Amino acid sequence: MAGAKVIPNGRRLYCNCPFCVEIVRNFMDSSSTLIWRMLATRVFRLVGNRALSTSICLRGGHGVAKVEDYTLPAYFDRRESPLPDIKFVQQLSPDQKSLKEKEKGSWAALSKEEKIALYRISFKESFAEMDKGTGEWKSVVAGIFFFIGFTGLVVLWQRNYVYGDVPHTFDPEYKQKEVQRMLDMRINPVEGFSAKWDYENNAWKK
Amino acid sequence: MFSHVLLKVSSDRLWSFSSTASVAARSYSHGKQETDEEFDARWVTYFNKPDIDAWELRKGMNTLIGYDLVPEPKILEAALRACRRLNDLASAIRILEAVKDKSGPHKEIYPYVLQELRPTLSELGIPTPEELGIDKA
Repeated sequence: MAGAKVIPNGRRLYCNCPFCVEIVRNFMDSSSTLIWRMLATRVFRLVGNRALSTSICLRGGHGVAKVEDYTLPAYFDRRESPLPDIKFVQQLSPDQKSLKEKEKGSWAALSKEEKIALYRISFKESFAEMDKGTGEWKSVVAGIFFFIGFTGLVVLWQRNYVYGDVPHTFDPEYKQKEVQRMLDMRINPVEGFSAKWDYENNAWKK
Repeated sequence: MFSHVLLKVSSDRLWSFSSTASVAARSYSHGKQETDEEFDARWVTYFNKPDIDAWELRKGMNTLIGYDLVPEPKILEAALRACRRLNDLASAIRILEAVKDKSGPHKEIYPYVLQELRPTLSELGIPTPEELGIDKA
C-alpha cells in the first residue's frame, strides 16, 4: 500500500524501496530528532515527496541506482602504474578459463604461447607497445610544410590580383633623378652616400 | 662492461637516479631518515605477507614503481613470490617489464636484476619478457 511510512511532519512517503525506507528510518531514529525533523520537513517541503522518492530510487523500483560505466574501475596501460585495477579481458572464453585453471599449477608446465596468452588476458599492451611512438610527428611536419606552401601560393596570387601597381616613384627614370638629386644635395658626404661618388669623374668611386 | 656495475652494486644499495650513494625514498628536512636497508626490509615484509591479496599486490607494485628508484632484487623476489601465491603469472611478467622501464637510460640495471632473480625465475617458472618476445613492439 502506498504511503506506508509516515514522516514526522505528517506527510507520507510514497516509495517503499529500501533506500527511501532507510532514509525515513534514519530521520525518525536519529538522536538529534528535532534537527532532523526540521531538515526533513525543509527537504520535503522544497522537493516534494514524490520528487524526493523518485530522485533517490530510479525507475525499476529495485532500490539500486544504475551504475554508470565511468564510475567503475577502468583499464589503462601506464608506465607509472604497471598493474591496472582490472584485467583487460573481463569475459573469458572457455579456453581462457581453462588456461586460468592451469595457471594455478606449476608455471613451468605452461608453454610459451600459453604464457603469452595469460599475459594478454590481463594486459592489453606490453610496455614496449605502449611506449612506442606513433609517428604522428611526421604528419605534423608535413602539415606545417603544406600550409606554409599554401600560404606562399596565396601571397603570390595576392600580389598579382589584389595589389595595384606601385607608385610612379619606383620607375627607373624617376629613381635616377632621385639619386642625382641626393648627390647634388651632398647626402652623407663624409662616410655615406655621396662619399662614394666621385664628383670629378661623375661616376661611383671604384 | 659489468665492472662499473659491480662497483655500484658492491654495497648492495638501491640505485637512485641522482647518485649511487644511499638515498632514502623520502627526503625530510629534519627527522630520522629511513635507511636503505629499512626501506628494503619494509617492502620485503609487505610482499611476503602470506595471505596478500591481489589489490595489495597491485597497490604495492604501483606505489613502489612510483618511487624514484629501481627496487632491489630482494623486494622484487618477494613480489614475484606474491604473484605465485596469487596464481598471477601475467603480473609477474609485468613486474619485470616495469623494472626494465624504471631503469631508464641505465641499461646495466635490468640485466643485473635478472641475474640476481634467475634462481627465483627458474624456480617459479617465470619467463622474462624477452623470452616471450613481448619486449619488442
